[in-house]
Amino acid sequence: MRDAFETLRLDGVSRSFGGHEALAGLDLTIKRGEFIALLGPSGCGKSTALNCLAGLLPLTRGSIWKDEARLDVLPPERRGFGMVFQNYALFPHLSVRHNVAFGLQMRRVPRAELRRRVDEALRLVHLEDQAGKLPGRLSGGQQQRVAIARAVVLEPSLVLMDEPLSNLDAKLRLEMRTEIRRLHQSLGLTTVYVTHDQEEALSLADRLVVLRAGRVQQIGTPEQLHTEPANWHVADFMGYRNLLPLRAGPRRGAGIVVELEGRELVGTPVDGPAPGSEVIAGIRPEDLRIGPAGGTGVPAVVEVVEYQGREVAVEALTAGGVSLNLRSADRPAVGDRITVTVDPRRLLVFPAGDPR
Amino acid sequence: MTAAAARPALRHRLAERGIDRQLLLLLPAALFVLTLFIYPFLYGLGLSFQPVRGGVLGAYREFFTDAYLRDTIATTLRVSLPAALLNVLASVPIAYRMRGRFRGRRLLTTVLVVPITLGTVLTAQGLLNFLGPTGWFNRTLLSAGLVDAPVRLTNNYWGVFLSLIITGFPFAFLLVLSYLSGIDPSLERAAATLGAGAWQRFRRITLPLLAPGLATTFCLTFVLAFSVFPSAVLVGDPSGTTRVMSIAAYDAAYVRYDYPLAAAVAVLMGLVELLVIAAVLGWRALLYTGSTAGGRG
Repeated sequence: MRDAFETLRLDGVSRSFGGHEALAGLDLTIKRGEFIALLGPSGCGKSTALNCLAGLLPLTRGSIWKDEARLDVLPPERRGFGMVFQNYALFPHLSVRHNVAFGLQMRRVPRAELRRRVDEALRLVHLEDQAGKLPGRLSGGQQQRVAIARAVVLEPSLVLMDEPLSNLDAKLRLEMRTEIRRLHQSLGLTTVYVTHDQEEALSLADRLVVLRAGRVQQIGTPEQLHTEPANWHVADFMGYRNLLPLRAGPRRGAGIVVELEGRELVGTPVDGPAPGSEVIAGIRPEDLRIGPAGGTGVPAVVEVVEYQGREVAVEALTAGGVSLNLRSADRPAVGDRITVTVDPRRLLVFPAGDPR
Repeated sequence: MTAAAARPALRHRLAERGIDRQLLLLLPAALFVLTLFIYPFLYGLGLSFQPVRGGVLGAYREFFTDAYLRDTIATTLRVSLPAALLNVLASVPIAYRMRGRFRGRRLLTTVLVVPITLGTVLTAQGLLNFLGPTGWFNRTLLSAGLVDAPVRLTNNYWGVFLSLIITGFPFAFLLVLSYLSGIDPSLERAAATLGAGAWQRFRRITLPLLAPGLATTFCLTFVLAFSVFPSAVLVGDPSGTTRVMSIAAYDAAYVRYDYPLAAAVAVLMGLVELLVIAAVLGWRALLYTGSTAGGRG
């Protein structure tokens, strides 16, 4: 592998556009062989971070270090990173083979070796038969694979991917997702992957960086983010579809009491919500259980039922007008009266308002 | 159900054949072109074969036997080809620097494009005032002691050449700029991440995608330069080095009152232009002329 590193360190990397801070002080250390996902809604600064890493955007503050060498002062062509663009950015006038060979030609790789490496890269992405075609004649999935082959053929010390799957249809997206993870493992790549799709990020990455409005919200493994989101914004992004604005009661043991429709629930406090303050209680649809009418839970009426294969997604409205998303193995009818019980270990209680 | 209802509506039947009824609105324009362009052209073509003497091809024979007439072809090409080429070549680096957004881009574009609005006569007057024997340019050179006698830059080949650059450049620049803006900027970014420096990015990515546009731009500026008349008279040497074909045609028609000969010169002008354009477009056909986008998105 060319100029491999042990760690790549982003130190307070910031980028402003005319006074607006698109990325504010990103600190991150990437270890060799890691798969890092930058996750967040559009406009959160994740693509800005990637372009700063690639050298396509100059930083306004901070620095990037490759082991002990400062990197952010180098132009993109001297960083030796591979990049896969959202629109693939294949050279339309060059055949698939020449697209893949481009980077090797720029590095003046001898002809025989160039040929061997291009063949190998094309075989890796199953495009041997398409080598002579122009990119315009390929399907979206094939174009995507050319873009990946073009980036990895250089055996770059870091591969950057900017929402590479967002232009593919659902089925292909799943296939390519597996393909990308497989390539990452078999080639021993270090990858930074930008996406707004939490499922994609959770399934691909070793570590996730959740960004919001240019600021890091949380850095952690998929398990950490999934079970212990640091604030309600991250929870929102991690599939906690029920985020209920409530008032906190007293602490009880390690837990904290919140009141929903006159029923006391005990949840796990996150980030120190003060008793008596406004809080947001978050719980996933799968951690709410349906009971029969007259049960011990919160009474509610079924409003919407969505078929989702193995189970159905149900939206129910409580008497107090709180909308709850839950899942059920049986299919209730719209208008059914039910009760909803909460798994107290899975109820997280965050302070309301904007963190930081 | 009536028979009329069973039959698809006229609109649908036309749509099936790929005809849009709104295309009929083009008819007046087509008629306009037919009467104001094709008819005079055919009339002139016919006229060129009815010379005063010498049979059907008499006018053409006269043109090619008289060196004073024949040489106008070379004279015209000598001024129009280099002017068109320089216009295109000068546009490329300037437009290349000006792609993308930056502060003052609009102002700079305006400054570069304004000469288009001036008209040839105003340009000629400016050239005479500025570059003439007693113009500012020569007076500066003389007073600085750089030359002993005024440099002749007007009323000769260079006057016409400069005039064609001033009026033709904005045109070429605007076209090249729009062709360049059509090239997906992520392609160059991708090339950069693959290790290509600025020159390699231009040479290997931008230039090949721009080349067909350059060919088209060259053809259009060439046509403009080829039919040069006012500046050839005003800042040129209309009886010598800048006696272009349009002057020969004007002479034949309004000095010698030989309309068939004038028509023949006009037809030959068209032919020479077509030959050059055919050569350029033939070269263009060898290039990649497809999409300049980098993929889906």
